[in-house]
Amino acid sequence: MHPIRKKRLTIVLFLLAGLSIAVGLITYALRQNINLFYDPSQIAAGEAPVDVRIRAGGMVEEGSVERDTETLKVMFRVTDFNASVPVEYEGILPDLFAEGQGVVAMGRLDGNGRFVADQVLAKHDENYMPPEVAEALKKAGKSATNTGPEGSATTY
Amino acid sequence: MYPELGQLALILSLLLAGLLSVVPLVGAVTGRDTLQAFARPLASGVFVFVGLAFAVLTYAFLTDDFSVAYVANNSNSLLPWYFKFSAVWGGHEGSLLLWILMLAGWTLAVAIFSRRLPPVMISQVLSVLGMITVGFLLFIIITSNPFDRILPNVPADGADLNPLLQDVGLIIHPPMLYMGYVGFSVAFAFAIAALINGRLDAAWARWSRPWTTVAWAFLSIGIALGSWWAYYELGWGGWWFWDPVENASLLPWLSGTALMHSLAVTEKRGVFKSWTVLLAIVTFSLSLLGTFLVRSGVLTSVHAFASDPERGVFLLGLLAITVIASLTLYAFRAPVVHVRARYGGLSREVFLLLNNVLLVSATLLVAIGTLYPLVLDYLELGKLSIGEPFFNLTFSPLAVAAGLLLGAGVFSRWKRTDGGWLGRKLLWPLSVSVLVTAATLMAYGGFKPWAFVGVFTSTWVALATFWDLWDKSSSRKGRLHGLKRQSRSYYGMILGHLGLAITMAGATIVSNYGIARDVRMVPGDVASVGDYQFVFRDVGERQGPNFTAQYAGFDVILDGERVATLYPEKRQYSVGMSVMTEADIDAGLFRDIFVAIGERISDQAWAIRLQYKPLVRWLWLGSIFMAAGGFLAISDRRYRLRHKAAATKESGKPAPDSDKPAGVYS
Repeated sequence: MHPIRKKRLTIVLFLLAGLSIAVGLITYALRQNINLFYDPSQIAAGEAPVDVRIRAGGMVEEGSVERDTETLKVMFRVTDFNASVPVEYEGILPDLFAEGQGVVAMGRLDGNGRFVADQVLAKHDENYMPPEVAEALKKAGKSATNTGPEGSATTY
Repeated sequence: MYPELGQLALILSLLLAGLLSVVPLVGAVTGRDTLQAFARPLASGVFVFVGLAFAVLTYAFLTDDFSVAYVANNSNSLLPWYFKFSAVWGGHEGSLLLWILMLAGWTLAVAIFSRRLPPVMISQVLSVLGMITVGFLLFIIITSNPFDRILPNVPADGADLNPLLQDVGLIIHPPMLYMGYVGFSVAFAFAIAALINGRLDAAWARWSRPWTTVAWAFLSIGIALGSWWAYYELGWGGWWFWDPVENASLLPWLSGTALMHSLAVTEKRGVFKSWTVLLAIVTFSLSLLGTFLVRSGVLTSVHAFASDPERGVFLLGLLAITVIASLTLYAFRAPVVHVRARYGGLSREVFLLLNNVLLVSATLLVAIGTLYPLVLDYLELGKLSIGEPFFNLTFSPLAVAAGLLLGAGVFSRWKRTDGGWLGRKLLWPLSVSVLVTAATLMAYGGFKPWAFVGVFTSTWVALATFWDLWDKSSSRKGRLHGLKRQSRSYYGMILGHLGLAITMAGATIVSNYGIARDVRMVPGDVASVGDYQFVFRDVGERQGPNFTAQYAGFDVILDGERVATLYPEKRQYSVGMSVMTEADIDAGLFRDIFVAIGERISDQAWAIRLQYKPLVRWLWLGSIFMAAGGFLAISDRRYRLRHKAAATKESGKPAPDSDKPAGVYS
């Protein structure tokens, strides 16, 4: 083979090798690290898998937050105004966690329909609504009452 | 009236940028010197007017002119002056104006510092930069005018800057990051100019090298600042979240790193030309993609300002035009290039090629992990998120491979390296690294596979770098003479590689041996984290300029002695009524002690996060090394000397297809 073509072929082969390693790693890693989002209605209807790490989100139901005073355990319900799911969490809640605010939680459903969260995200702006939550509420036929006016959704 | 002056300045700069993007280019194509001569004055003009617009906006912020909508939304009369100043880029419109100011600044810098370039080249480069400026000026004028007014009902006071952004980190983080993002536009412009001319030669590589390096150095600092800011200001001590916005800045950094290395090969050996030019295009496209992701509101994060679909579409359009136009040009022009140099299987060329393969794979990986959920969501195929485990799992092996390769690569020679010789060279660094790693792991309390791999790789990189310096500096006239004889760009490389080693070591140790505990405490309680005891002394209240804070006092005790007293705070901002956690950190070169307070659990009890973070500072120390290396490298004498040499050579012999660089050296 012509030396230049040979050189080019080596380069191409190197690139292909690198890319296939990358793609291999990606597929391997993706398999276990994709977290699907479910809204409270879906979870209540039993559409969400049990004991698989998922994301769930909605509004924190008014009057549902119960705090253990001796440990860092917190219990609350997340709702889309059609159905609500009990959530259990142990740890420090974000600054903007409050009743009537949108949250997204990461965790697993246990066998009793309870969501055990290992991470709770509330966004850093009182006007902000996580898009998943906004959509979940829209689907449930409720308008997201505290979605701010256009342009004020600054973030975290 | 003066805000309208800002608007006027923007429109004038748009006109000038429009001229800049056409006139010199036409001059270059038709060979008319008079038209090409417009390039530099137009570049200065664009900078002056964009600068004027920026000054007007800054003035509006400093004087609390709430008739300007952008000021009213992002500032407040209670803000200290320095936050009023940084609030200029605290929102979408202003940060975009900063972006454009940087672009105009880079364009001006090219105009000033490239006097020795052939005029045809410089006209084309400045024209391409002018086109990019036009795109962004149109964007700001049409969709995101920072000078829109609220008249006649001027608000009495502003809505305040997001408390998260009221921080020193924000004063410097965006400008540094943008310097990097926008800086790659210069490498891009050089690449496009070279494609138009069909002269992708070593001279082209030499011209783009310092610009790429300096942009890369700024980007390194910008990313590190962002990570440092997240560490102390987001409150909970994480330093990298693989958040799409962070990834958006990492993407151009990764491909920019690849570009720097392949430019080195192109300059020294005249090979990989098409690849290098492609990387230059990709790197700038990734900068644009980053801007699109962050500014269009498709992502939700600290950085996603107002989301307005029109803006997203506009940015996506700019991105699409850039990518399609430059790739089309590439497709037509790149095959013109021929490779003449030869190199063997273990040459430095091959090591750098592998470096590029790894870096590009890493770029691809981060891009897939970032974009996959967005694309799926857009196609309405479901909502999902790809979390940290994905990136940690896939990115770490590539980083380790790149590090291991680096250690061998620094010893390799251009053209060919003897395998046996290289093996003997590596024996010492290899065995010493194993010993150092074992000792380090023992000191930190135990073997962990990933800790071993990470510490080994960083020690290996550092040792190989020093070993090479030792080899190269041996001289009959003594060590000192040998050290002095090395070029600044060589020392730049040394610093850059050491920086990588330091960052890797920091990341490995802090992720494997850091300890975090969330505990419930009442004043008087003691909690221990590792060897440290934390005594919760008391709770108090204090008044800040625009917030009230509750603080907790902690004594940190090690071996019976008090090493620090920390006062983490919970701040309530008076204007937006938002709450912010302000951690307190006892920082040290070898460890940070970190305390943050969460919510109040009962009358007395608080949720507290206590953390011990070994070597966390090394993360950012490493990037300071990398950036310093970049700046040192571009101060190398050879750039100035060779520019002159190249210019005289070219003016004497206009041979656009010449493949022989001005100085061929191996």
